[in-house]
Amino acid sequence: MSTGSVEVVYRGIFQKTLAKNICRGIVFAARKEGRIGIAFGRYGDSPERNGIPAKQFAVVADTEEELEEYLSRYEPDNNDVTIVTDDTLCKGIESWAWYGLQPINKLLKEGGTLLVTSTRSTESLIGDIHRKEEPYNLATVKSSASFSGLWVYKDDHTDVRLLGALARVAPHIISLDSIVAAINEPKKNAAKEASARKAHDQIASTAIGPDNGNDAVPFKFELPGWKKMEECLVIRGVGARQQVPGWEGGHVPARNPTFKKFTTRTMRPVINFDTCTKCTICWLQCPDTCFDITPDGYYDANMEACCGCGICEAVCPVDKCITMVNEEAFRDHRSQWEMWHKDKQAYAAWLSEKTADQPARSHGFHHPGQYAEEIANEPR
Amino acid sequence: MSPADTATTKQADNEVAPRAETEALISGSEAVAHAVRLADVDVITAYPIRPYDTVMQYVSKMIADGDFDCEYIVAESEHSQFEIVKHASAVGARVFCGSSGVGWFYAFEALAVTAGLRLPMVAMVGNRALDDPGAFGVEHNDALAVRDLGWMLAWVSTAQEALDTALIAYRVAEDPRVFLPCAISCDGAFLTHSQSIVKVPSQAMVDSFLPRYSRGDKQLHPDNPITIAPQVNEDWLMEIRRQSDMAARRARDVIIEAYQDFNARFGRGGEPFIERYMMEDAEVAVIGMGTLAMPVKVAVRKMRQHGRKVGFVRVRWFRPFPARELQNALAGVRAVGVIDRDFSFGSTFFSGVLANDLRSALYPLKNRPKILSFIAGLGGREVRTNNVIDVAGKVFDAASGADIDEQNTYWIGVRE
Repeated sequence: MSTGSVEVVYRGIFQKTLAKNICRGIVFAARKEGRIGIAFGRYGDSPERNGIPAKQFAVVADTEEELEEYLSRYEPDNNDVTIVTDDTLCKGIESWAWYGLQPINKLLKEGGTLLVTSTRSTESLIGDIHRKEEPYNLATVKSSASFSGLWVYKDDHTDVRLLGALARVAPHIISLDSIVAAINEPKKNAAKEASARKAHDQIASTAIGPDNGNDAVPFKFELPGWKKMEECLVIRGVGARQQVPGWEGGHVPARNPTFKKFTTRTMRPVINFDTCTKCTICWLQCPDTCFDITPDGYYDANMEACCGCGICEAVCPVDKCITMVNEEAFRDHRSQWEMWHKDKQAYAAWLSEKTADQPARSHGFHHPGQYAEEIANEPR
Repeated sequence: MSPADTATTKQADNEVAPRAETEALISGSEAVAHAVRLADVDVITAYPIRPYDTVMQYVSKMIADGDFDCEYIVAESEHSQFEIVKHASAVGARVFCGSSGVGWFYAFEALAVTAGLRLPMVAMVGNRALDDPGAFGVEHNDALAVRDLGWMLAWVSTAQEALDTALIAYRVAEDPRVFLPCAISCDGAFLTHSQSIVKVPSQAMVDSFLPRYSRGDKQLHPDNPITIAPQVNEDWLMEIRRQSDMAARRARDVIIEAYQDFNARFGRGGEPFIERYMMEDAEVAVIGMGTLAMPVKVAVRKMRQHGRKVGFVRVRWFRPFPARELQNALAGVRAVGVIDRDFSFGSTFFSGVLANDLRSALYPLKNRPKILSFIAGLGGREVRTNNVIDVAGKVFDAASGADIDEQNTYWIGVRE
């Protein structure tokens, strides 16, 4: 056994308890082996807004001295395993007060394992995950983004399934026996133990090399030094509008150039411009001012500003004019209006493809009971 | 007997004391909540501000779970929050309160009068940067602001120490020789939000260590007709201040006694006032408070592997300031580097608060070590092992006569 750290990336606030339970489970299991550990959240993420990418960590060690190195860290950067409890996070992580887009595998050590809860194929996930110089492994536990531990949501065993899988991909951190011992305390729980054992036995890893993955360069920006930063906490306005070629006569508001919302959302609005009545309600009600006004008076959701809240879909008076679609259906942040403007027929085909076969959502639902319906159909 | 000897000399009693502790995976805030429960506190007031508010969440959960019973009042501001427990303390209730950052500052009037009235409130400060700019990370300036008022101030570095120090704080604050409030500082995030394995003592162990709070004939009660908090002028005030001064002086001995007894009963607790780490043969020393201890200890071990004789002294109690202990610990070293997780703009050499007090404490020494002042980790920025190695390297340079300006303050980890 040796020192090891596990990063858990999740969607706040929905999965906070799940992430906490995973990290606590790791430390409890370590204790069964006479080892010590700590569990902590990456503090800068809190207060956790609806769907914000957030993190917790668990570190286990043989001695206090080994553990000490981690005790004053916000974000251990050489993790044995990164657990991802919502596969839309494979596109990366941005958070308030961070520094651009952090690839999901960035803090994983060479040879480490990215452990994702997902019903998607490895190939599909790899398409989202940024390329990484050092080789690592990818493994999935079959599950959609779980709400386990959130208020009244059912305990669906996602925590113990991930712990069982963890014991398989990183046995030097924690053994299955210890996980099982921790699960059965203070009370024996045969069903949870069986879930952990099953996940342990079923998990398979795929080796990922430097040529596999999304080759896009992650968005980033430079943090200024104290000599360059404006004094007296002054933040200059960014102006009222942006001049965008092809958008003359429309209105594209100026936006914070350093905080994009590429990964905050788990779904995005898809707009049927053919049925849009230009009623302005989506544009008025959007809390993030994400709608650009097109030169011909339509409203186009800008994917640098949309956080995927779904209010536009809820307030739109036209049936199926705005549809929220799971992010996994998209690989880019293109303007939908530009696509439509250029080729209306091709756009109609794109639109029906995106809205016809919608993959499950990770949070935010069309109707009461949708989450229960989705998890009922999941493989176990 | 020097304080350093207490742990070993009391060893014999340890077998006698019944030890019954359970292990729990809890954060620093939760550890303090357990201490509050075990101290059977009577009145608690809450008002939310991060990161201290987690302690109130844990306390209210204990009450809801039926594990703890007390008057738990959610106030409408920090000022009222601290006023309510101040009055409760005057009528003889054991009280607990707390805050962070500018929340603590909003209670400032109440903080001043609590110390002035000699009321033994125990508070937790979840250290947080002062606004503006709004930030959640740790800086020590919030708690340090009351350093001249009669508040006792402790800084802890682990969740276990947070629990233990809270128990010690009640014993010291409520001792009739002292009757001064005490604030326990826990670094925001690193302690308040990190869970580690903590030994939670049994009620019987705590009861044997911590007597009930009694104000005796100073208790406000209809059967004991007294008035407190009078209006006075120049003809009274100076004598009252001198009394508080004596109470702060007496607190030193009471703290030493409390640590002796705590070590005997619990088998841990360490030396009162300061922690010495690898100081036996140290040529230079690094000084700091709170969770800074973690990267510093790692750095000290790494440097010692390369034969660099560096040690670390962690200041556990800032008020009363352990001048004697620091003189004793640092008399033999050639140079000292003080890392402040705080600032004192415009002060002597533009240093941090700890550096300024340490300079005063070491001035009477015949062979004073050189003292370098460093500012690091503000707003919760990580202080990395390499940062500390850089600091210690500069201190070694100063020790070996390199031309390093002692009348300057060095900022570590700031973007230029």
